[in-house]
Order: sequence, then C-alpha cells, then structure tokens
Amino acid sequence: MPYTPELKQLIKKVEATRPERVRRKKEGKEMPAMSLEERQAVLDAFHPDCKKTSKRPIGVGVNKGYAISPEIVDTLEAKSRVDPDKVDLTPRFSTDVLVVGGGGAGAAAAIMAREQGAKVLVLTKLRMGDANTMMAEGGIQSASKPHKDSPYYHYLDVLGGGHFKNVPELAEALVADAPETLAWLESLGCMFTKEADGRLLTIHGGGTSRKRMHYAADITGAEIMRTLRDEALNYPEDIRAIDFTSAVELVLNDKGQCAGVVAYNHETEEYFTVRAKAVIMATGGSGRLHIQDFMTTNHYGATGDGLVMGYRAGVELCFLHTVQFHPTGVSFPDQIEGLLLTEKFRGMGANILNIDAEQFVFEREPRDVEAAAFIRECEERKKGIATPSGKVGVWLDSPMIDDLKGPGTVQREFVGKWKLYLRHGIDISKEPMLTYPTLHYQNGGLKIGAKGETSLPGFYAAGEVAGGIHGENRLMGNSLLDVCVFGRRAGEAAAGFAKAGAREGKLNLEHVKKYHQELEKAGLGRDRVSPVLLPDYVNPDVKKYQLTTSYVGTIR
Amino acid sequence: MEPKVNLIPIHIMGKQYMVPDVLTVMKAMEYAGYQLTRGCGCRGGICGACGIAYRLPNSYKIEVGLACQAMVQPDMYLAVLPFYPNKRGVHDVENLGANVDTFKALYPEVFKCVSCNTCTKSCPMSIEVMDYINAAMRGDVRQAAELSFDCVMCGLCTSRCPAEISHANVAILARRLYGSQVVPRAEHLAKQVKQVKTGKFKEGLAKLKSADLTSLKELYKAREAEPDNAPDEWAPKSNDYL
Repeated sequence: MPYTPELKQLIKKVEATRPERVRRKKEGKEMPAMSLEERQAVLDAFHPDCKKTSKRPIGVGVNKGYAISPEIVDTLEAKSRVDPDKVDLTPRFSTDVLVVGGGGAGAAAAIMAREQGAKVLVLTKLRMGDANTMMAEGGIQSASKPHKDSPYYHYLDVLGGGHFKNVPELAEALVADAPETLAWLESLGCMFTKEADGRLLTIHGGGTSRKRMHYAADITGAEIMRTLRDEALNYPEDIRAIDFTSAVELVLNDKGQCAGVVAYNHETEEYFTVRAKAVIMATGGSGRLHIQDFMTTNHYGATGDGLVMGYRAGVELCFLHTVQFHPTGVSFPDQIEGLLLTEKFRGMGANILNIDAEQFVFEREPRDVEAAAFIRECEERKKGIATPSGKVGVWLDSPMIDDLKGPGTVQREFVGKWKLYLRHGIDISKEPMLTYPTLHYQNGGLKIGAKGETSLPGFYAAGEVAGGIHGENRLMGNSLLDVCVFGRRAGEAAAGFAKAGAREGKLNLEHVKKYHQELEKAGLGRDRVSPVLLPDYVNPDVKKYQLTTSYVGTIR
Repeated sequence: MEPKVNLIPIHIMGKQYMVPDVLTVMKAMEYAGYQLTRGCGCRGGICGACGIAYRLPNSYKIEVGLACQAMVQPDMYLAVLPFYPNKRGVHDVENLGANVDTFKALYPEVFKCVSCNTCTKSCPMSIEVMDYINAAMRGDVRQAAELSFDCVMCGLCTSRCPAEISHANVAILARRLYGSQVVPRAEHLAKQVKQVKTGKFKEGLAKLKSADLTSLKELYKAREAEPDNAPDEWAPKSNDYL
C-alpha cells in the first residue's frame, strides 16, 4: 500500500531537511562516525546479541549450559513430535544417500552424491528450491582473478569478518574450493554477469580486500538455485525429490551409525521411516523462529529443524551465540516486511532519519552498530516512525541519492527494489523508505568437519545448518559460496560413506528415548514439541477457536 | 497511531472471510485462520511458490498473481496454485546444441504456440513470455535467455496457455544453454582452478591456519585493499601469495 496521509505528512519533514543535508554531503561534511567507546556503549545497551535476556543456557544434551537465543533453546528443550515407541521403523523408502532439505546445499549435495554413483532421495518440507538460497541477492565470493587475488586473501577476509574465531579447516575449505565451485556453476549454465569475452564482473562486498563478488544481476541466489534445482531434477532415475515432506527425527542403527530419518508427509499427516546409508542435513537457518520477535529476511521454512534433529542424536552445536541482524529491513509496506534493503543504499549516500527528520547516526557504521543505533532511537528515545500495523521504523532517505548522483540513479542502480515498491504505490526515488533491523543469518549450527561430517558416523551437514565456517559473523557473498562448497563436499563424502562405511543394522530411536528421559529429569519440554517445521502466523482471534491446537500430530 | 481496520469480504476456496483491506492475499489467508503448509515460500515475490487464480465481481476475466504480492480486493474469489503440473524434458545440458533442434526435441509443443499472448498478460514478473517462446522457436537462445531472466517459475503462464507449453522449463533450458555454451567461459577462472589443483596456495593457507591470533590480526590489518573505483586490471604491489 502507498504511504498513509499521516506518513505523507512526516515525509514532508524529510523533504524539508533534505536540501541542507544534500548540501552538507556535497561539501564533504558528513555526520561524524561514533568513537570506538560510543560504538561499544550502543552495542552493549541495544544490540540484540548483547541484551541480558538474549541468551539462555541449554538445559539438556551434549551442549548443556551453552547459552544461546532462547527461541532456539525452546526448540531444543522440547519433545519429539512422535512417541519413539510408536514409530514403525519398517522402511517405506530405502536409499543410499538421503538429503534433508531442498535448498542450495541440498541440491548441490544431491547432484554430487549421484555423480559418485549413489541413489539419492531428497525430502523437502516445501518444494525443491523453496529456500533462503533463492532469496540471496548480492553475489558469490571466489578468488577467481589470478592477477590480483587468491584463496590466501579470501581466507584473511573471511577470518577478519568472523572475529578470527572461524574453524581454520572449514574456512580453508570454503576459500580453496571457491574457484572450482564457481566454474562448476558456470558449466551448469548459471548466467553470471560477464564481459563479452567471458570475463566475470566482480565488485567489493563488506570486508573484502579484493573485488571478488560475482553476481547475476541482482538475483544471484535465484539464478544459482533454479539452475541447481533444474540439474538435480534432471536425473529422475537417480535423484528422487519428495516435496511437502519433512524429516522430524534421525534414525540410528545398532552399529551406532545414522541410518535414516522419520519423515512426515504434510498432506496425509503420516509419519514413516526412510532408511539410508548416509544422511545429509541441509535444512538451512532459523530466521522464522523470530529471535526476540524480530522480523526476518528469511524464507518461510527457516525454522532450525536440523539443529534439533542433530542435537537429539548427540551432535554438538557451535557458534549459535551470535546471530546476524541486518540494519535495514523493510518495515513498511507490510506486504514485504523484513525484506532486505541492500547496504548499497547507504553506500551511495542515503541518510538515516528519525520522526523529526533528524540524523541520529552516520549511515555507514558497521552493521551491528548501525542496527543497535536504530533500536536505541526507537526504543529508548521514542523517535521512530509508527506504521499503520503497529510496527516501527526509521527513514532511509533514498531520494537524496538522485539529488547527489543525478536524476535516474535510484531507478538505475536499484531497479529490483524500485519496481517492487512501485507495485505498492511508492516511488523510492521520490519518497524515503521505512526500515528497521531484521534477522538475517544463523552464524552457527551443527559442528562439522571439512567434508561436512559430524561426530555421528553416516551423518553430514551442509549450509546454514552447520557452524564454524564463518566464525561469529559471516561476510556478504560467502553464504551462497558456503552452500555450494559444503553441499558438494557433503554429497561426495556421504556417497563415499554409503559405499564403503555404512553397515547394516537394526534401526532404532533409542537416542530420542534417552533425550526424553533427560528432559523429564530436568523437568523441561513438557509442553513443547519440535522441530517447528513451519511458522504459525494464524490470527490469534481465530486461534482461540482452533481447539485442536494441542494435538501434536499436525503442523500445529 | 491507532490502526483503523476496514474489513472486506473475500472468498478463499469458495468460503467467505472478512479481512482487512490492507493485506496481501497471503496475509489475508493467515488472518482468516490458515496456517500455510504449501503455496508459501519467500514471501517476497522471488520464489514463485504462491501462485493464485481469482475472479472479481462484474468481470468475466480470470486473473492470476502471487499471493505474497497481490492485494486483497472486495469479493475476490480465489484459489491457490502451490504449483502447476509442468512437463520437463530430461537432458544433458553440456551435450545439447544451443539451437532450435534442442527445443524441437525436448519441447515440441512450443511450436503449437498460437501467439495469443495470454502468457505475457498473466506473468506476475511482467516478462515478455510469448516473445521468449517465439525466440525459442527461432532457435535464438540468447534472446530466450535474456528475456526470461527474471522468471520465478510459478507456472501461471502454463496454467493459461492454450498450447499447453511449460514455459518456465523452456526458459531455464534456454538460460542454461546460453550460460554454458553461448557465453564464453571465464579464462581467468579456469586458470585459477588449475592453480588451486596444482596446490599452489596450500603453503600460504597452511601458514595462515597455524598463525597465532596476533600475527593473524597483523596480516589482516596489512592487507592491501583494491580501491573501489580501480579498473579490473588493478594489481596489488605484493604478489607473494598470488
């Protein structure tokens, strides 16, 4: 919807202060950046990660005592969706490699496992390709230009971004595989933006020392995802994809190996067993758990299911104590709430303003500082702008980009967003945007080795569900790379294990029973089940009439 | 500011619900009490999971759109199409010709196109769908690829096509042919892949992996930054680890 008359009144204030702000900027008179002390103060007081209430120790399991977001802890301190004594462990399907999740990592894993001769089954709770990979815009990093870049420099950048906490072997795998992975995508037919002679265009991203961000216009993720999906679906004899079907629990065998999953058909509400010689968890992130009630840039299915399934089977979690927030998510119009507004808007000079059209923060502080400053302005100083549906935001003054760089710049440089807003009656080259920090990326996850292997034989993880690659903070352009690199690695390794390492054995859910006992002993999780599978945005007024909501057999 | 709610009637799968007039169809369904288990994806208009078909009062037209983008309208009468059955030709993209014969072999129905342009009119991404189908008929892989680049593969064009074409699959075939065969491969990338394979960077990476935090930070701070406005040919002063 277009701006309401009330909001249009407030935009007049923005227009009133704009000429003076543009003039100052043209003269190089920027609003001063914060000192390191000021930054720390606003982070400590207002960054979602630093809030006292932002973390709670996990009460059970292998990471007992590790403090992470309570919303994730809730899913860990919860019972299985099934009674482990009642599940029929007679396999309905048997396969060599089972991939849980149909996003970028899952599709890449399926393709590579097949290449190694494995029969592959992919379970996905929505459709193949319905995933965060599809939504990634900016690009994919790879040190592809030998005259100025190499995996060495890429590695340094990755470590600096991750506060030097990254697991070295994983960071090495990411950067060393990057050129080959990019060439693989190129050979599959991804339409990367190129010069006429085939040279790939590259730009900088936050924290890169060399321009190594490759892109396909402003829909890089969609281009990669739809190509990988198309390739995976190209081998119907070897790769079978079952849509609208979740995994809810890992199944182990009496040789101590992971040997399949309990699956759940969302349509028929049946739980059934899939046996596999190796399982790859590729369920993605957890933005839809809405940590601290934040909006999210994430896909509808990002509910952290893989964390729960792996954790119940004794696989450690790591780096989940940090969560990536992006300062500029859409807070109006509602139709696109939480959607990402690229850092490039601020890079090109757009100011950040409060309800009185005053600048309260320099627009190019680091992501975490910028986000914390927005929250302070709205929560403490009460100078945010209220939206008709009760949310809050600050102005991102996009029209001043045209004033600074010439008419038509906004439309040319941000054509995707310009068109999107226009569909809702807002011309962002003439009216500013309302924005607020949004939940963006799960920095941590299941602990893996460089081939995606975990402490549980036969169980692999790849993509956002895994942790350690990016340390405490991921750089732009390294997540598309991550899903492709580690999807490929896990696919190959799992196929190898299926051939050489897997042993026949009696299937069981003993780990779930044990986990339930531990929960019971701690007095936790009596009123919750997990994994979450899908978020629930049902109107609360309707919900109070949905009297079967305590029945755990359905999505609800 | 107290939100004012104006309720309007819409008909979801034949049942009437009163919903706020400011919502998208997707949010209106949730407002009505649906927990979506299909027909919902990115919620931002890029994944193509939430196609809908609907009619409006006093109009003979069948309208289509994406539930996450289309706004509710009074008395709209709608059904959700989580996907539309599509035909898909199995192929090996690296061994196909980037020419008309490929389309003839895999998607012969393309040539039944009657040029009604309904596909183009039904595209939520405003793609010139019929034009790229025509390009495929001419074997113009480049044009088919470029015109269809924004396709979200929702299948709404197929749902409206009298020639029963699976447009989105024709389009991705064109794009993959174009990307893998028509556009020249990046030579610099092939060179770098070779260098990685020969183990050229192993030693440097091993040094970094075993470096202590202090020296790692020093190396990080000392990185030579490529200027933002530098041309592609820019080269760093130090080429020790290139």
